[in-house]
Amino acid sequence: MSKKEDFVKFDKVDKSYDGKVLVVKDLNLDIEEGEFVTMLGPSGSGKTTCLMMLAGFETPTNGEIYLDKNPISNIPPHKRGIGMVFQNYALFPHMTVFENLAFPLRVRKISKDDIDKKVEKALSMVSLSGFGNRMPGQLSGGQQQRVAVARALVFDPSVVLMDEPLGALDKNLRESMQYEIKHIHESIGVTVVYVTHDQGEALTMSNRIAVFNDGKVQQLSSPDKLYEEPVNSFVAEFIGENNTFAGEISDISNGSCKVKLDKGEIIANPISVRSVGEKTTVSIRPERALINPKDKMDNNQKGIIEEVIYHGDHTRVRLNLLGNSEFILKVPNSSQNLDIKLGNEINIGWNSHDARALDPK
Amino acid sequence: MSSEQKILSTDGIPLEESLKQAEKKNKIKAFLLVTPLLLFLIITYIIPIADMFSRSIDDKMVTNMLPKTYKAMEQWDGKELPPEEVFKAFYLDYKILVENKTAGKLQTQLNYEKNGFKSVLKKLARKQKKFEEGNYKEQIMKVHKRWRNVDYWRAIKRRAPAYTYSKYLKGVDMYSNEDGKIVQVAEDRRIHRILWSRTLEVAFFVTLFCFLMAYPIAHLLATLPMKYSNLLMICVLLPFWTSLLVRTASWMILLQQQGLVNDFFVWIGLVTDDNRPEMMYNKTGTYVAMTQILLPFMVLPLYSVMKTISPSLMRAGKSLGATPGVAFFKIYFPLTIPGIGAGCLLVFILAIGYYITPALVGGASGTLISNQIAYHMKSTLDWSFASAMGLMLLTGVLVIYWIYNKLVGVDNIKLG
Repeated sequence: MSKKEDFVKFDKVDKSYDGKVLVVKDLNLDIEEGEFVTMLGPSGSGKTTCLMMLAGFETPTNGEIYLDKNPISNIPPHKRGIGMVFQNYALFPHMTVFENLAFPLRVRKISKDDIDKKVEKALSMVSLSGFGNRMPGQLSGGQQQRVAVARALVFDPSVVLMDEPLGALDKNLRESMQYEIKHIHESIGVTVVYVTHDQGEALTMSNRIAVFNDGKVQQLSSPDKLYEEPVNSFVAEFIGENNTFAGEISDISNGSCKVKLDKGEIIANPISVRSVGEKTTVSIRPERALINPKDKMDNNQKGIIEEVIYHGDHTRVRLNLLGNSEFILKVPNSSQNLDIKLGNEINIGWNSHDARALDPK
Repeated sequence: MSSEQKILSTDGIPLEESLKQAEKKNKIKAFLLVTPLLLFLIITYIIPIADMFSRSIDDKMVTNMLPKTYKAMEQWDGKELPPEEVFKAFYLDYKILVENKTAGKLQTQLNYEKNGFKSVLKKLARKQKKFEEGNYKEQIMKVHKRWRNVDYWRAIKRRAPAYTYSKYLKGVDMYSNEDGKIVQVAEDRRIHRILWSRTLEVAFFVTLFCFLMAYPIAHLLATLPMKYSNLLMICVLLPFWTSLLVRTASWMILLQQQGLVNDFFVWIGLVTDDNRPEMMYNKTGTYVAMTQILLPFMVLPLYSVMKTISPSLMRAGKSLGATPGVAFFKIYFPLTIPGIGAGCLLVFILAIGYYITPALVGGASGTLISNQIAYHMKSTLDWSFASAMGLMLLTGVLVIYWIYNKLVGVDNIKLG
């Protein structure tokens, strides 16, 4: 069976709540069958609205959403057959875990034996066998979360939506749940649309990530591309850490450009700049800039250490470099002896390929 | 070694004791804080109820007025006319009462026991001034022939105990007859039972109407955006800020036969002008006015419970495939039961003892048991009967509360 390329399709979708402001603007998004797509963005960027439109709790103001080629705008939520995991789990507090899981099966008039089997299978999938008689209130946050996931999957929906499902968990639990959800997805191959504002979560779990800002998808690509090759300064800023220089293009030729800063000049990789005189923001990942590089690098600058923070596996160093006093370096914790002390002047180098000249902020 | 080894604190004092001492100060502080309320409750609630109870069973008045008679009657078996000593003792007791001008009370009390006793006693009071020493039996029997009737003496004897439950019997239209058997009063005089059942009926239906009307309002309140829900909340609470009397009076203006509602019905042609329906001074009036007045007591507990129900629960239900109706009855409704319980209990208990509204708009067929209690407090001055009925009402409420606790569980009630 070949996978359908546009299993879920947002086609020119606009959404406005008050007729004045567009929360979602001209959204076009294709999701492949069996894919894990994350909608990532700051709060108010329209990602949850998109999810709610897909679930059927909001109607698009304009445009159409297709599920397996069928337009679904006029189908009420209970007929869409889309599973959903809510931010606060939304387990029914007056029902046991078993009844919670049986609920979608009972409303579908499935026979009692099948219900028992399916619920048992779903519970063992989230390693909660034997918890069927508990009330949701008697479970820990992580267990409730797993019940919510099981309930969204128990009726074999074609698509499962997850609205910041891990937001209420503590850090360790969140990380282990990320892997658990990822593994469940891999083993049953359901299409998942996941909403989060936590980039770490998005990078760990997704096949593809759609970065939302201001009602628009800024970039839709795989986690590694998103991190390594952000297409604009919002994505660069939002995903991972980032050092920036604002400047003006002074020279541009075959795949490299010179950017003139207030103090000095650097060589960068032109991504969204075309011509001399354009304003730009140059973005460099902290781990791509090295201290005293052995290999020859085409950018070499001197900076003064202003702050040193010990993080265990690495040390964060804040430098004043080319007038930017927020330049961050990550120095791995190794036996190598570097002279990292407050106030020292050190040599910093990076490849022009890693310095991406993007749109100005 | 015993299995329950005592744990000692660092200083060697048993841990339990040490904890008690450490907590003692806090306990005293906490108790002092609630003392004023406790005193207030005792003075304004416990003591009056105890007093009511003692009043309702108190029958010492007659006992105290005829001390010698009852002493002499101890030997009398009540089958035939009492012996001379009883007549003599009664004569002596009654003489004192007449001289002290307190005979009237005795006459009234004995008349409750046996109709027509009052005139017999009045005649005796006039005639006994001329009595001679000795043979009182003959002299008294000569005053009125009814003194020869043993029933009258039995009536006196029945009032001998200092305590009686006759008021409670009267509250359910029963009495203990001359033979001491408990029987029902004549059918045409069974007024209290009608009142009790009507009170329960009105309270039940008012609770039902309040529930039916309050549920959607409370739901709206809990789900509307803030600016609308605040306005609606004010509308719900507005009656609270208006005097009860004013609200009842405005219902009178609306509901009377020449009132606004009837005018409107005539104007739209629903009824003809000479055929205006009576909507007041009957049960309809009581229902309408009481439902409106008690509505907030249903809305508020429902609202406070609905407010805590996350809207995502209904969404979850729908996303799992439940139609809106199924989602409502399987998810939303069961979660509001604590609020329904609290609201219904509150409205029912308030309605069962409601007084002023039925008194004003109820008319004869719309008055409730509390109106009867008030009538005995103010008009007949039979306080012991009023107390007895008040206590029966209180017991009824407690019984309902108990049944309710068995059915719903008081722990499940949420008042806010």
